[in-house]
Amino acid sequence: MSATATAQPQLRVRKVRKGPNPWVLGVVWVFALLWLIPFVGAIITSFRTFDDLNTRGFWSIPQELTLNNFVRAWNQAGVSRYLLNSFEITLPALAIAILFSSMCAYGLVRFRFRLSTPIYLMFVAGLMLPFQVLLLPVFFLANKLHIYDTLWALILFHSAFQLAFCTFVLRNFMKTIPFSLFESALIDGANEWIIFRRIALPLLLPGLAALATLEFTWIFNDYLWAIVLLQSDQLKPITTGLANLRGQYISDWPLMVAGSLIATVPTLIVFFALQRYFIDGLTVGATKG
Amino acid sequence: MQPAPTRITPSRAKQLNRNLGQFFWLLLFLGIPLALYSLWVVYPTIRTFTLAFTNYDGLSPPQWIGWANFKELFDWRPGGGGEVLKQALIHNLIWILVFITVPTSAGLALALVLNQGVRFDRFLKIAFYLPLVLAPVVTAMVWGWIYHPQQGLLNTVIYEILRFVHFIGFNVDPESARSIGWLGDPNLSLISVIAAAVWRQVGYVMVLYLAGLKTLDSEVLEAAKVDGAEGFNLFRYMILPMLAPVTTIVIVISIVDSLRSFDLVNVMTNGGPFNTSEVLANYMVKASFHDYRQGFGAAIAVILFLITFVFSVIYLRQVMSQEERTA
Repeated sequence: MSATATAQPQLRVRKVRKGPNPWVLGVVWVFALLWLIPFVGAIITSFRTFDDLNTRGFWSIPQELTLNNFVRAWNQAGVSRYLLNSFEITLPALAIAILFSSMCAYGLVRFRFRLSTPIYLMFVAGLMLPFQVLLLPVFFLANKLHIYDTLWALILFHSAFQLAFCTFVLRNFMKTIPFSLFESALIDGANEWIIFRRIALPLLLPGLAALATLEFTWIFNDYLWAIVLLQSDQLKPITTGLANLRGQYISDWPLMVAGSLIATVPTLIVFFALQRYFIDGLTVGATKG
Repeated sequence: MQPAPTRITPSRAKQLNRNLGQFFWLLLFLGIPLALYSLWVVYPTIRTFTLAFTNYDGLSPPQWIGWANFKELFDWRPGGGGEVLKQALIHNLIWILVFITVPTSAGLALALVLNQGVRFDRFLKIAFYLPLVLAPVVTAMVWGWIYHPQQGLLNTVIYEILRFVHFIGFNVDPESARSIGWLGDPNLSLISVIAAAVWRQVGYVMVLYLAGLKTLDSEVLEAAKVDGAEGFNLFRYMILPMLAPVTTIVIVISIVDSLRSFDLVNVMTNGGPFNTSEVLANYMVKASFHDYRQGFGAAIAVILFLITFVFSVIYLRQVMSQEERTA
């Protein structure tokens, strides 16, 4: 008893010096838990029955836990189809954006030409563009190309629009590769495409991973363009699909929340699996410039 | 096309050959991406500017009407056509003011604490990152449920507090908590939507500052500590000035994000009630696709573009100066 009592103060002194003030840390913990409340509340709600919530209130101890809300959302409310559509839009758009932007980045870094900086700046300016500015002309363009209300409209638009950010990030990554690597490969007889494939791309891999994680989340979570470029319910991605459901199941919160949670699972998996890359991706635009 | 001046080329013929080759490869690497980008981003941006001067309604061919759309939008007399724009501008401004103060200082404070290596810092960081992973629509949905008058989390908490206050002898009616309409009350709708946006933004700012703190020169900080700088002074005179470039980026991003905000407003309130939570982006979509006034909508988009452009220039200049340093 006395041994622990004497040992403790020493330990505490050392800790205070190393870390932040315990009161400050306490506040941070309170906020962190506060930040998680919407998640926890949503998860609890999604496992309860509508009647149970309605009659007994949120704080009551659940009478029964049920998976029924998830089942109903998945089958009856069509969340399974919406989710599939989301993947059918996100994966091709991501692939096109990543491929084209790495080509673009290679071109901008490998060759010295007068338009190099203006083209780069055009992409940087695109980062800041309020995308609403593109809304109407893109809508008309999709109509003119006869791809309005098809997944291709969204795939092409997303890949084009994300080119700006991807090229910006990858160009700055590419710049860190020593130029002499390209030159020596050229002397060894490789052509530019082989240099791009065999030397530049493998070295870009960490950047590509960071970018892909971030871009996946962005394209997957898009809402505005899916409203504008799609009309048919069977083509809708999960975001507009959910908004649509809200009209149908207006007060059925357990169902809505269960649907929302299902919509979040793919991005959550990507986030937890590739967390480091996700964070790298978020900061790359801001700190590496 | 200009070859790099440092490269040694044996003869002019070879040089010309090389230029042609370089042109071919440039076309290969840049051609398709630039064509795609021009078609879907550059051309539409320009097209919006020309549409803004027409009365296009989506059906009949557009007619050039000069500045009429803009005159209507800036007619801010009571009953004038610009009343909603004025409201939206004020709401965007409030949004900006909240965004550059609340999440920025909260994110900075969190980054400063978590950068010191606390226990369970991974858990703490994830708690603030998670909102970033959610689709804005999902955020809007979950917060819509939190704000629900009868079944919502917030009013239920207030109800329980009032019940406790009532229990210890004060004359309050706990049921009155159920009548607070966070999204339905004209005085509360805007700030309720912004609160959900702040919930999302804090983690982003924290990520940016955490990355910024890692780049700080630890030797300089150690030297300052040896010289006796500590606590608030160390922060005020050493860390904060060293973080200035990150702060610029954070503020520009916050402003641009505030101006672009759409998803939360559209799903949670759609600008209502009575336009009390209307923002430029949502107003633009409404004018174009609900009122079928696409020329008018384009004019709103142009205004949005011009405001954003001012702040983009700050960002572009920062990027340019970094270019010059590394070049």
